[in-house]
Amino acid sequence: MRKLAVMWLALCLVLSAGAVLAEPLRIGALFSVTGPAAFLGEPEKNTLEMLVKEINAKGGVKGQPIEAVIYDTTGDPTKAVQLATKLIKDDKVVAIIGPSTTGETMAVKPITEKEQIPLISCAAGIKITDPVNAWTFKTPANDHIAGEKILNYAVGKGQKTFALLTVSDGFGASGREQLKTLLAKKGLALVADETYGPKDTDMTAQLTKIRASSPDAIICWGTNPGPAVVTRNVKQLGIKIPLYMSHGVASKKYIELAGAEAAEGVMLPAGKLAVFDKLKESDPQAKLLKEYDQAYRKAFGVEASTFGGYAYDALQLIVGAVQKSGASPEQIRTGIEQASNLVGVSGVFTMSASDHNGLDLSAFEMVRIVAGDWSIAQ
Amino acid sequence: MDFSQQLSQYLLSGLATGAIYALIGLGFAIIYNSTGIINFAQGEFVMLGGMFGVYFYTVHQFPLVAALLLAVLCAAASGVAFERLAIRPMRRAPPLGLVIITIGGSILVRGIAMLVWGKDTHALPGFSGDEPIILSGATLLPQHLWIFALTVLLIIANKLFFQYTITGKALRACAVNQRAAGLVGIDVRRMVMFSFLLASGMGALAGIIVAPLTMTSYDVGIMLGLKGFCAAIIGGMSNGIGTVLGGLLLGVLEALGAGLISSGYKDAVTFIILLLILFLRPQGLFSRGESERV
Repeated sequence: MRKLAVMWLALCLVLSAGAVLAEPLRIGALFSVTGPAAFLGEPEKNTLEMLVKEINAKGGVKGQPIEAVIYDTTGDPTKAVQLATKLIKDDKVVAIIGPSTTGETMAVKPITEKEQIPLISCAAGIKITDPVNAWTFKTPANDHIAGEKILNYAVGKGQKTFALLTVSDGFGASGREQLKTLLAKKGLALVADETYGPKDTDMTAQLTKIRASSPDAIICWGTNPGPAVVTRNVKQLGIKIPLYMSHGVASKKYIELAGAEAAEGVMLPAGKLAVFDKLKESDPQAKLLKEYDQAYRKAFGVEASTFGGYAYDALQLIVGAVQKSGASPEQIRTGIEQASNLVGVSGVFTMSASDHNGLDLSAFEMVRIVAGDWSIAQ
Repeated sequence: MDFSQQLSQYLLSGLATGAIYALIGLGFAIIYNSTGIINFAQGEFVMLGGMFGVYFYTVHQFPLVAALLLAVLCAAASGVAFERLAIRPMRRAPPLGLVIITIGGSILVRGIAMLVWGKDTHALPGFSGDEPIILSGATLLPQHLWIFALTVLLIIANKLFFQYTITGKALRACAVNQRAAGLVGIDVRRMVMFSFLLASGMGALAGIIVAPLTMTSYDVGIMLGLKGFCAAIIGGMSNGIGTVLGGLLLGVLEALGAGLISSGYKDAVTFIILLLILFLRPQGLFSRGESERV
């Protein structure tokens, strides 16, 4: 009898506590915080935690605090799938942010689609949202947008023939395909199509061949350190042809590796976060980017990275959707799809039923390296 | 730009990369010749040289020469530690077992380097600037000359050491027959350790001198090690000129393959050559067949 009374009391306590504190809005996140893609997952996790804290301090979303359940996938698709199931079945989250890489996203996608939980991927692969599935979104801009940005700029400068030098990994192969399609579409000529290995240390042979085909411009597509080697080799060979890089090297690390002298004049499409202090006042993202960078520096002591921005935008999309339509998975899905002119770190998002990325050419800014720093290319 | 100029650039680029492979290949050869095992951790010593170099030069701001010496010393010490901890306790294991241990060791070394120094790529400045040198229409960096010079220096030093010093002769004796060497009073275990010291020191020297060109990060050892291994195989695992010629040949064929055929097949060229040599001339291109090596 006494036992029953205690239990009754306990139940009363639990119920009354529940009445005071609103049930938190549970959002799941899968990031590769460790492992080979840790450079993606770590800033994503940091950003998400920082942003959740900030939102809760301001009273949450419509009075409801947010609780982020973050798991580390170590970059392993199998693990990502297990953790996604755990998020849905055990943690009962209403939406999932991540995973960090395209491979993991493609593995997780069928599950979230079957369970009807919105997934906002932080990976860039075009196949995530093409073809569109009702439940899958992504925040990084597609690679072909960066490619188009380069070609539009180059055409404006009267350049008509191009040489490609791409890395032979997933990023380079997809960039190469898309650039070739874009070149054909715009009626521009491809005069040399060379590749290099991700660990190659000398590209003078490829560049000598490219020089012999005398293109108007060279486009190199890769992530560090390859492009830095290419940049140094271009200088070594004394090649004066304009050199474009991909958005994959839009960080100061690239300038440091290539050396300011060799990198002088190299042009590339950069996410606006890299050049936020050089944007015009009127740019819709300028204020948000500055605030994000400052908050991130204050919390973690390093500059904010584009990758963290992917998680930032994903949470903003969810919060926006909850405010607009409601907090059930279905309502969040509809809300994200209806997002329009939502200013984020990666760009200004306008989603639709046929576009689950929502970014256009304005997500990138063409920059030129001058004296070891970015400057907006004119 | 005419074709002959293109060709001379391919050759020069090839020779420059080839010298790097040769330098790394020499380290493989030294250990093979005194222990009979192929040390697949050799690439990691090259990485350690570069990373220690960056650590002392950029982080602690030592002068270049001091950073270079310290890096070689630290890497050589790691080489000795590697031998003591991983190879010596297993002396009774067959060579294949030891080879596999070196593979495991290389993964461990790489992992530690990643945890200590992080995953970033680092660059060292060129020893004498980055102003290209023009040579019959083709260009070369001053750093390439450093590499050529070091390679030549090492061949000569190797030759003198193995032919004329008592330690060098003892090492050669161990290579021919460890048991007989032990019987005439050579401390075989010390010699094995010494060969690891020598090879890791040389690997580190190679690593630091190529770092301004290739840049360095915790995982450069894999590919550089593999290419150095190819060079040593082509050269028949010789301590001297054979491995160097092997490396140069490999570099030139790679550059010509990338330039004249297609850059997509650059690595395929390397590995096809390696396979062909293993099938057709397992004793290497430049050495006479020796029955005990086959």
